[in-house]
Parts: sequence; C-alpha cells; structure tokens
Amino acid sequence: MMESFWRLLLLQDHNTRVVLAGACLFGAAAGLAGTFLLLRKRSLLGDTLGHATLPGITFAFLLAGTFGISPRSFLWLATGATISGVAGMGAVLLIRKMSHLKDDAALAIVLSVFFGAGIAMLSAIQQLPGGQAAGLERLIYGNPASMTSGDAWFVLLASLMVAAVCGCLFKEFTLLCFDESYAHTAGWPVRPLDALLMGLVVLVTIVGLQTVGILLVVALLVIPAAAARFWSDDLRAMALVAAFAGALSSLTGVIASALLPGLPTGALIVLASALFFGASLLLGKKRGLLIRHLLEREASRRLRREHVLRAIFECAEEGKPVVTLEQVLAKRPWKKNELTAEIGSLTNDGLLTTDPSGANFQLNGRGDSEARRLVRNHRLWEIFLLNHADVAPARVDRDADLIEHVLDQRLVDELEDLLDEKARERLVPGNPEKSLP
Amino acid sequence: MIWTELDTWIVLTGALTAMACAIPGVFLLLNKQSMLGDAISHAVLPGLAIGFLVSGTRDPLPMLIGAILAGLFTGVVSGVIERRGRVETGASLGVVFCSLFALGLILIRIAADHVDLDPGCVLYGALELAVVDSHAVPRIVWQSAAILALNLLLALLFFKELQLVAFDSRFAKANGIPSGWIQQGLTVVTALTTVVAFESVGSILVIAMLIVPGATAMLLSRSVAGVLLWSLVVALCSAVFGHLLAISMGPVWLGWLTGRSDLGSLSSAGMMAASAGGIFFALLAASTLARKLQPAPRF
Repeated sequence: MMESFWRLLLLQDHNTRVVLAGACLFGAAAGLAGTFLLLRKRSLLGDTLGHATLPGITFAFLLAGTFGISPRSFLWLATGATISGVAGMGAVLLIRKMSHLKDDAALAIVLSVFFGAGIAMLSAIQQLPGGQAAGLERLIYGNPASMTSGDAWFVLLASLMVAAVCGCLFKEFTLLCFDESYAHTAGWPVRPLDALLMGLVVLVTIVGLQTVGILLVVALLVIPAAAARFWSDDLRAMALVAAFAGALSSLTGVIASALLPGLPTGALIVLASALFFGASLLLGKKRGLLIRHLLEREASRRLRREHVLRAIFECAEEGKPVVTLEQVLAKRPWKKNELTAEIGSLTNDGLLTTDPSGANFQLNGRGDSEARRLVRNHRLWEIFLLNHADVAPARVDRDADLIEHVLDQRLVDELEDLLDEKARERLVPGNPEKSLP
Repeated sequence: MIWTELDTWIVLTGALTAMACAIPGVFLLLNKQSMLGDAISHAVLPGLAIGFLVSGTRDPLPMLIGAILAGLFTGVVSGVIERRGRVETGASLGVVFCSLFALGLILIRIAADHVDLDPGCVLYGALELAVVDSHAVPRIVWQSAAILALNLLLALLFFKELQLVAFDSRFAKANGIPSGWIQQGLTVVTALTTVVAFESVGSILVIAMLIVPGATAMLLSRSVAGVLLWSLVVALCSAVFGHLLAISMGPVWLGWLTGRSDLGSLSSAGMMAASAGGIFFALLAASTLARKLQPAPRF
C-alpha cells in the first residue's frame, strides 16, 4: 500500500502521469469556466449540457460503423457530444425566447428530454452482441484511468484554450457577468461574447466526459467556483482559487481512487471538491461563516458600547455628572446583565470611573470626549434628516440611531458645513421611546 | 409489431407514474423549482444505498425512508447554504445534489458486495423487467396507481394553499397559511413520487414527467386547474406514444438514420421522456406560429 502510494506520488508510471495531468488540467479549466458561469447565475446549465451530450454520443456510436470509424474513438464520440450539447443549448434559448417559461423550466425540459432520447439509444446499444456498451459506460460515470496519452494531449490543448480565452477576455467576461445591459449600451458585442463563454463551457463539458462523466461534469463547473466565492471578492483571485480548487480536487480524487481500488474515480473527485466546498463555507476568508460570525459579533459589540456611552452622556446632560445604573437602564430596552457587563468593560478600558459598588459611575476625560463625538454625530444626523430629508420628527431618533455608527469624519464635516446656525436652532424632539406608555 | 399483455402493463405503469409525477411537477414549475426534481432524483441515491446497507435486503421500506430523508436533506441543506452562505439558488442546489450523487455512487459500489444494486437501473429504470410478475396485476401497477391517487388527493385538498404559495408566498403567509410547511410538503411528495417511480421507470422518466407535461400544459391553458388537467393528458399521451415508438417505429427509424439493421427495441422509459419532449416542442412551435398569424392587437 505505502509502496504504491509513493510510486503514485513520485509519478513513476507513465500512465499515472498522463491520468494525473489530464485530470488536474480538466479540474483547473472547469473551475475557471465555472467562475463565469456562477456569476452569470447559470450554474445548472452545466448539468443540462452534460446530460444533453448523451444522445450525440450514442448516435455517433451507432453511426460509426457506417463511416468505418472505430466506435471507441474518443474524438468521434466527442464530436457527437459537442453537436448534441450545442443543440441542447440552442433548445434552451429557443424555449426561453418562444414561451413564457422560466429559465429553470427550460433547463429541466432540455435535460430530461435529451437524456431520455440518449437512454433510448443506449438501450439499443446495450442489446448489441459483444458488450460494446462498456465503452460508453465510462463516459457516463467517468473513468480517467482509461485515458490514453492522446486523450491527455486533447485535454491539455482544450484546457490551455480555456485559460487563454478567459485570460485575454477577462475584462469583457467580467463586464458581461456583472452588467450585461451596460456592456450592450457601451457597444460591446454581448451576444458573441456570451456565445464564446458558453462555447468554453461546452468544451469543458466534453473534456470532462472522460474524467468525471456526463452525470457529474456539472459538479466541477459549480463546486470549485462556489467554494472560491467564499475566499475573495476580487474576480481575478476568485478565478484563480476556483482553478486551483478544481485541480486540487481532481488530484485528490485520482490519488484516492488509486489507493482505494474499485471505487469510481469521478465520484471521488466530486467528493473531494465537496470537502473543499465545506471547508470554504466554514473557513473562507471573505464570506466564510466563521469570519462573518466574528465580524458580526465585533460590530454588535461596538454598537452596544456606543449606545451605552451615549446613554450615559445623555443622563449626565439631564442632571448630575454621576449617573446611576437605573437611570441608564431606563434609556433603552437593555438587558440588565448585558449593561453591567458593558459598563464593567468600559471601566476597564478607562472610559468610565465607577465606584466600588458598581451602581454609580461617571464619564472621565477620554470617555467624555468619545461620548461627545457620538452624541454630536447623532444630533447632526437628526438635524440633517429633519431639514433636508423631510423625515417625520417622530422617526428621526430611530433613523439617526441606525446611521450614527457609520458616519465618517468627512461626512460629519460636510454635515456641519451644510447645517447653518438657523437650522441648529430648530428643536429636535426628545427620545420618542420615552413618550410611549 | 406484436402487442402482448406485457405491453399493456408497461403502458399502464408508465402512464400512471407519468400522471403521478405531473401533479407535483405543475407546482414545482410555478414555484420556479423545476430543477429540484432533477436534484432530488440524483440526491436520493445515497439514501437508497444507505437503506440497502442498513437492511441488507432489497426490502422497499428502508430504501423508501432513506431516499425520502435524502430528498428532504437536499431541500433543507441547499436552502441553508443559499441563505447562510449567500450562494445563488442554482449553485447551492448543484453543490448539494452533485455531492450526494457522488457519495451515492461510491456507497453503491461498496454495497455491491452485499446486495445487487446497479446505478444504471436507478437511472434508466427497468420498466420492461419490472412488469414481469407472478400476480395477475403486477405489483408496480398497483404501486403507481396508489401514488397517483395520493398525489391527486393531496392536490385537491391543498389546491388553494398550493396555488397561493406558488404565486405569492408572502401573502399566503400573512393569511396564516404555513407556506414553509406547504413547500416542504411539496418536496416530500416529490421525493416520495421519485422513489416509488425509481424502481419501475427510473429517474430519467421522473425528471421528464415532473416538468415537461406541466410546461406543455402552460402553453395550452392559463388557469392552474386547466394546467393540471392538461398536464395529466400530456403525461398519458407521452406514455402511450413513447412505448409505441420504442417497440415499433423507433428502432426502424434509428436503424435507417444510422444505416444499421441489428437494432432491437428501445427503452420505453427513455422514449416516453423523448416523446413528451416531442409533444412539447410541437406545441411550442404551434403556439408561436399561432401568435405570429394572429392579427396584431389594436390599441
């Protein structure tokens, strides 16, 4: 076992080298093309496309004899697959154009009808003497181990083409994905660009037939790209991560299938990419659940601290500088233990002076200036809303509450310039929450 | 062409299953969840395999439970990924069902030592073999009739709710209709129908019959009740035409196209799906033509 593992890792067999290189290249190309497909919200088109290749493959298989071609030739079957894949895509466009049916319905119709026709022909092939259908099974479930070096060259060529086209037309594809109508009005050839992008997807699908098979080719178009979305907001970085994820999944899957003989390689590749997706969902640097949870907690903590500071300042404004817990508690619907905890942490950070019992406290120098800044922001915004945005007086406090935390210095300066002396004289009503019974 | 008793049973099973699928399909279509059928039918594979592994037999009950759980899992998990992970609907569905399908293929290979289970059988079905039975009326005929009756009953009972949730789920919710439960229920019924149909007709006919009859009916009628009725008619017609094509003209035409004379009959399930597509595209062309020929409305 260990020995075979090292043989594999050190690429000692020619066959291993071919299979690993072919699978990795396919994975990378699929990740790259899948990124644009994901951003165009057409991920499931890959599924329809994969299924739609079956009638072409089976028909080409049946037709091979007439032209004197070996029915096992991958290039011949791939030609059939391309033709019927493109026909399937055309049918999707046709349904979208000629009826009121939604995109997802068009995809499901073409997928099932084309695949049904393919299955019907496949059943005829399965009845032929000599078990000839075995060659087709490998295209349905995928079997990269059957890849010859000729096939690997084809994969290499196709992947390089996908990478080259995506690289050269990166800006154009980005525009197409994010703002199609702008691209159109700006004079870009939207339709040819779209057709080219879909052509790349077809190419990836055909290449993927041998690696992961008809049924799972969509997985490598969708999963690496969706996983990459968690790592970056920059499209360039995202495309690179997706290509890397695709290649890594293929590598892992092929190695796993060499170590666990008998298990289908295509499925192992997809499972590897699913693991990568799960890890990205949790740990992704940009949109992962963990980082988002931490950021949200941080934001809500800051929000609470600012609210407490402002409430203490307002209490102090109404009377004595020493404020009691009950006074602050009456300001807002706080939870008592949350408030005590926050006052404790403010004291620790040196913004509050608290007497030993913890019931009375006072803003000290640093706390006072911070609280002043916050209250000032709040009131500036209230006045702006009253004078310039025509917000009803009763709503002003609530709206100002929402935005005061995100006002930056530039905006505060602008607000100050905007609001002349006269406006400042206008009365801002007190906290409406207090007037509630 | 020789029509035997077996052919009658094949057409009957196909038609009953097709009609049973068409009913939840119409509502999936209205909910813009057309690909859910495809997703579920791929995703139930690990459920089936685990059912087999646990029970060690081809007993249908554990298989049914496993598959329904897997179907629900797909709906729930893809919803969670979509909302919490902010991934687009199609992509989150794709991630979940592809992963589950891959897992299913691996589990089946592992289970293959214990039970006789073939992914091909799950995908394409074995309609021609399933009707061979020692009973007077084959078991799968009863089975498909039961699921059709169940779906019809549920659709009639919850017609108003299903319709409201499909068109305006917020309004439905505001009116006290538990739209979340209705949608989950639709997922369960779809999973149940898919699983029952698996054994007899395979998943491909299920995917086709969930969506194509409904979509065809939408070209013909504008009311939900009308669409439901027409979809049943389309499902019935495609089953009959599909089998006729599979055993008679299909092989002849295919042989003529490819220049071969050694072709046997085709898979009935595959041809039923294909002929449903034929009916859809013919009506699509006809409706477009009719719109073109109609004089332009005057304002």
